Amino acid sequence: MKWRVDNVHPVIDGEPAVEATSALVVDGRIAALGAGLSGERVEREVDGAGQWLLPGLIDLNCHLPEPGSDRGGSIESETRAAARGGFTTVCTTPDTSPVNDSSAVTHLIRDVAERNGHTRVLPVGALTRGLEGERLSDMAGLTRAGCVALGNGGHATASSRVLRRCMAYAHTFDIRLFLQPENASLASDGCAHDGLVAARLGLPGIPEVAETTAVNELLMLAEETGANLHIGPLSCARSVTLVRAAKEAGHSVTAEVGIAHLVATEAAIEGYNGTFHSRPPLRTEADRRALLEGVESGVIDAIVSQHRPSDKAAKLAPFPETQPGLSTVESTLSLGLERVAAGELSRGALLRALTSGPARVLGLDAPTIAEDSVADLTLVAPEQHWMPAVGSLYSAGPHLPVMERELPGVVMLTAVDGRIRHEHEGDGS
Amino acid sequence: MPETSRDLQLTADGELRHFLAIEGLDQALLTRILDTADSFIEVGERTIKKVPLLRGRTVVNLFFEPSTRTRSTFELAAKRLSADVLNLDIGTSATSKGESLSDTLLNLRAMASDMFVMRHSQSGAPHFVAQSVTPDVAIINAGDGRHEHPTQAMLDMLTIRQHMKTFSGLRVAIVGDVQHSRVARSQIRALNTLGVDEVRLIAPDTLLPHEPEALGARVFHRMEEGLRNVDVIIMLRLQHERMEGALLPSESEFYRMYGLTREKLAYANPGALVMHPGPINRGVEIESAVADGPQSVILGQVTNGIAVRMAVMSMSMGGQLNERQSATGEGVAST
Repeated sequence: MKWRVDNVHPVIDGEPAVEATSALVVDGRIAALGAGLSGERVEREVDGAGQWLLPGLIDLNCHLPEPGSDRGGSIESETRAAARGGFTTVCTTPDTSPVNDSSAVTHLIRDVAERNGHTRVLPVGALTRGLEGERLSDMAGLTRAGCVALGNGGHATASSRVLRRCMAYAHTFDIRLFLQPENASLASDGCAHDGLVAARLGLPGIPEVAETTAVNELLMLAEETGANLHIGPLSCARSVTLVRAAKEAGHSVTAEVGIAHLVATEAAIEGYNGTFHSRPPLRTEADRRALLEGVESGVIDAIVSQHRPSDKAAKLAPFPETQPGLSTVESTLSLGLERVAAGELSRGALLRALTSGPARVLGLDAPTIAEDSVADLTLVAPEQHWMPAVGSLYSAGPHLPVMERELPGVVMLTAVDGRIRHEHEGDGS
Repeated sequence: MPETSRDLQLTADGELRHFLAIEGLDQALLTRILDTADSFIEVGERTIKKVPLLRGRTVVNLFFEPSTRTRSTFELAAKRLSADVLNLDIGTSATSKGESLSDTLLNLRAMASDMFVMRHSQSGAPHFVAQSVTPDVAIINAGDGRHEHPTQAMLDMLTIRQHMKTFSGLRVAIVGDVQHSRVARSQIRALNTLGVDEVRLIAPDTLLPHEPEALGARVFHRMEEGLRNVDVIIMLRLQHERMEGALLPSESEFYRMYGLTREKLAYANPGALVMHPGPINRGVEIESAVADGPQSVILGQVTNGIAVRMAVMSMSMGGQLNERQSATGEGVAST
């Protein structure tokens, strides 16, 4: 397909160009950039006046509930939501059912994504069999089957010894690790930040040290084994400090934060609001500020959706029994732009953390808008607003951090490999 | 979407319609509960111990956690209000409790239940039911996880008022396992709302929440300091499991440091009240001579329990019915 977008401001390394221009897309690549392309005969012309042309957003942590029960959506529904959110690539977590711990499951995910997906889907395999934390998965086999990384899917390993061996084995085959830091014995039966709100509501707490001791352990083991470690989602200020120190010491670690942790705190669970039951838990305002600062300074490389769609029933229970996680992939960019509008984060840092940051984590070339680059493209109208509301969402999970409130930034168009996979309904073209 | 504790518990007119937590209720309402309970104490002294306030109403005691004393006082209270009472003991199964909880309650509502008295091991379970499952059935919290046990706190308040006449100027110490205690959370809120001078918590750090000041109390680690100048001492029950969870070395060490003995009682003001929500572990939290001594009001607390439960049940039913009537436009009547 051959199409063109006119009057757009290409975003390079997080900064929109002042000059508007045109981009011509032919056969999955940007064939030409610049003025004077209007003479070309094309199948589609898109007017991008006032809009940004971004390299497609990349999400490193997005749960696609397939294979699994059909209650929380499918690869089709959730990648459609992701494309609406401006993502062209999502990394899907290994905690599917069955767990993605064999090449058969990896192939299944890739096949379904190929057939029904609306974005690129990069599977993250399980580090241990069944994510049980005891025996190594067929790590090299999973990677060969197409897993871009192996992870713990939020489940801690049984012991530091197992973890050390996982890392050493991964290093042998140069396998990337995506690990969520949580010390299981300190987190125990907790379900909320061990702070002011949990104390009042009588909820078992997950202390900050449940994360920081795990971050420390992961950093030490990665340093010793030479493993390629990506750590997160992080939830507290001290974790940012630890990762910063590791980076300053020259370690090659990278880190991520979930969008919910940049917009909400423990206050969100007041009234036993199970929507905001998350893992890691939402912590204090000081933590939220430190996480934003971590993104700003680049200590945190990527903002992830940590999308966890769950049906209505999954949140209909007493708070500790509700399923953790939010549906965020449709609104991640807008929630970030809202923080930018609030003066809490720079536009450049936000856009880098959704494009070049995650690309670096995956070892990809820096995504850019240039001639001959792959046409994974996201067209955003930053001045327009939209309102997440029940019934108008693409995700099967109705639990968003923000509902019935106007959010800035409308994704007008998402193209993957040159194919238009999402277009804003209404005055989009 | 989630309502505050106050909105959830009160009707638009500020009447009680669920009794879920002390948090969110103001001094006037707590005082009204105590006054109403006072008037019911007299009912218990009559030969015929019944009033018709809940006649024709069905009260379901839903205990997802075992309890003998609390359940029987609720049962007695409901019967003295002339309600029909159904007792259900539902053991908690390990999986998918949420779904079975909603389903169980919806089934019970279908049997024309008017009130659920509910005990559950998860904090917030009664909130969840009142908000999302059966908002039109009055919910009385008989203890949820570590969150609140508001009727227990109110009967303690009644006992304190009977002996001290007023709350202002009082210093109250709560001793023991605050972290896992729903009773303590309710008591601290009730005492602060009713206007005591100071609430103190005395415990080792392992038995305190991570940020104990969030509860509105001053923290002490030693009995000698914490009990100085207090007027009321509330001893909390220590569960045996706490030793297994590595929170305490042993019962005997706890008794040595925090057990209320005659010697430690002497630090408090002369005539200070000694209270305990029961059942007592003698020689663990409290010395027998103190538990049975002249300053102990532990037995009186049990008798007040029925009166307080009658008060919150009748008040919640009244609020709930008025709301139903105004919703269906049947005109307003009072119970």
